[in-house]
Amino acid sequence: MTVERAIAQDIETDVQQHQEHDEAGNSKFGFIVFLLSESVIFLSFFAGYIVYKTTTPNWYPPGVTRLETRDPLINTIVLVSSSFVIYVAERYLHDKKLWGFRLFLLATMAMGSYFLYGQAVEWRSLPFTYQSGLFGGTFFLLTGFHGLHVFTGILLQLIMLVRSFIPGNYDNGYFGVEATSLFWHFVDVIWIVLYTLIYVWQ
Amino acid sequence: MANISIQAPEIVRGQPYPGAPDNWKRFFTFSTDHKVIGIQYIVTSFVFFLIGGTLSMIMRGELITPEADLVDRTVYNALFTMHGSIMLFMWTFPVLVGLGNYLVPLMIGAKDMAFPRLNAVSFWMIPIVGILMLASFLVPGGPSQSGWWAYPPVSLQNPTGNLINGQVLWILAVAISGVSSIMGAVNFVTTIFRMRAPGMTWFRTPAFVWAVLGAQLIQLYGLPALTGGAIMLLLDLTIGTSFFAPERGGNPILYQHFFWFYSHPAVYVMILPVFGVYSEVLPVHARKPLFGYRVIAASSILITIISGIVWVHHMFASATPGWMRIFFMVTTMLVAIPSGIKVFGWVATIWGGKIRFTTPMLFALGGISNWLFAGITGIFLASVPIDIHVNNTYFVVGHFHYVLYGAIVMGIYAAIYHWFPKMTGRMYYDGLGKLHFVLTYLGTALTFLPMHPLGLMGMPRRAASYDLEFAYWNVLASIGGFLLGLSTLPFILNMVSAWIRGDKVGNNPWRAYGLEWLTSSPPTVENFEETPVVISGPYGYGRNQPLVANIPNPGLTDFPEALPATQNSE
Repeated sequence: MTVERAIAQDIETDVQQHQEHDEAGNSKFGFIVFLLSESVIFLSFFAGYIVYKTTTPNWYPPGVTRLETRDPLINTIVLVSSSFVIYVAERYLHDKKLWGFRLFLLATMAMGSYFLYGQAVEWRSLPFTYQSGLFGGTFFLLTGFHGLHVFTGILLQLIMLVRSFIPGNYDNGYFGVEATSLFWHFVDVIWIVLYTLIYVWQ
Repeated sequence: MANISIQAPEIVRGQPYPGAPDNWKRFFTFSTDHKVIGIQYIVTSFVFFLIGGTLSMIMRGELITPEADLVDRTVYNALFTMHGSIMLFMWTFPVLVGLGNYLVPLMIGAKDMAFPRLNAVSFWMIPIVGILMLASFLVPGGPSQSGWWAYPPVSLQNPTGNLINGQVLWILAVAISGVSSIMGAVNFVTTIFRMRAPGMTWFRTPAFVWAVLGAQLIQLYGLPALTGGAIMLLLDLTIGTSFFAPERGGNPILYQHFFWFYSHPAVYVMILPVFGVYSEVLPVHARKPLFGYRVIAASSILITIISGIVWVHHMFASATPGWMRIFFMVTTMLVAIPSGIKVFGWVATIWGGKIRFTTPMLFALGGISNWLFAGITGIFLASVPIDIHVNNTYFVVGHFHYVLYGAIVMGIYAAIYHWFPKMTGRMYYDGLGKLHFVLTYLGTALTFLPMHPLGLMGMPRRAASYDLEFAYWNVLASIGGFLLGLSTLPFILNMVSAWIRGDKVGNNPWRAYGLEWLTSSPPTVENFEETPVVISGPYGYGRNQPLVANIPNPGLTDFPEALPATQNSE
């Protein structure tokens, strides 16, 4: 009997563990799968960029010799450090300190918005357009598509900020904030690759 | 055997059965039940199958005579473009997603998919894609004429000058279908990884689930590349960038890489679930365990991996350098290994079995024989010299239609017949089913076999007229095409009438072994009243081994082989 009871208990805990496969865990898993898939779009753009850059005879449009790197570098530093800021925000939320969370989330949003502003200033001052050959096309495609992701990230952060004012909203887990944070790190990593490809490799 | 106390509650079945004819209205709502969504997918895509089939019959009508006399040449171009796009994006992908949706949660003992609402959203994008595709018949200039592959520079031509033209609508439709597929893939992968019933280890998971996992992983890594290429194509077409436009310095070959990086693996997205169907149907109707189950399961994942490095075999004639041709020739031939493993496994499964020639079994056997033929012509095409020789001829058309119709559509029919009693609780009419099989099998052979000699004779694809010497085989193929059109009629009649008034056959008419047969037919809203605890692998025919430690739905007695021995004593 004891052996049978042991097996029965074993199965019972197994069932319990199974039911504890909570929805938040599924959502997190699914979101990571989605981000991996999303990164393939960027990878295919990067692959296209490398093929174009290595095979096109006149890469830069007439009148352009190289890209300005100083302002984009400042932008990069701001965006990359914002990844740490949102991590701090997440820690505050973990410790149930809502005001710290709000403050650091707001700081992340400010840094993201500064990045977008810097991008806009750079776009306006460029001597070429998206119709200026393959260089112009790929430059605006990559930075634009990435900028769209930054914008989405800021929107997500805004939603998370607003939701923190709903009483008790983050008491039972905060998958939304974790996903927003993951997305922000993803956008960051993509930018580092993108910066290397476009600005460093000239 | 573990003596687990089983609560035997009053079996209250007040919940409506999804699938019963009296609540057909459920299928027109934003339901989040995976079984409703599965049937929504299957029925919607079948409607598009009929539309795509009608387009192909117009083409076969055109090709029954050598002259271009039935339709205009531009209309013919539009017809083959829309035929291919509808058949792939609106029929084969969604119908298999529908089957997976219906079966995967049942087979792994889950209550639903991981993200039920996302699932419903993915489905409701499909009608939108269909409307966009069909709307392109109404815009000035008609639908896209650049084929379902939409190669630039042909796809960058915009003779009408309108912003909304057939090609733009096509790209939008494909993009939305891509979003729907990615959401579906995230859902499937999460479900399969995280929602398997307790005790269901990877090598206790049915081969169909493995195959769906392999297919959906391809969607995840492949589809974004096509999305990337489609975005660039759309920008070229609308705002004048120069990615793929040769006259502006672009590189049209790169589009082919983007396209085939997804669209070749996409073939495995379509065939893998069908392999899974064969692996499920054969053991049931041959009363034997699936031969080499572990190898068959793992070979699905092997196909997933190899399929990521074969795409250039579509581009042997696209100025591809020699080393690339050799490399991709070898990788393409490698796919024959996991595919061959499966075929040998299936043959060994039915060898010496107690074979029952039911309709699903006939379709599965027919599909496997067609797949063998299509696989062999696939090896022909993988070899560079033969591919260069028959490139752009009807040999290629014959090959991939043998895959798509001969193997995949037959496998889908096998799945629909096999699980029809599960979905409805009723049995289809066997005579009509066998008539359907005979018409389909003969129609497939009559339509697509003649395309092989035509291709070897040198008849080019995508042409509305041809030389008189090709007439004989073309007439045969056209007759076969109309026969295939005819073959859908007994199927529709069978499905509709059996759904309404077929014989009620209980929960497990095949006496099949598997979690999906451990619940009622049709299953209740959350599938299982109690989470099943799996204690042995699938396909336990003749092993006298229980599948589960508990009875997920107490009160069901149609499952003599897989219930625990303790059931009788309780």
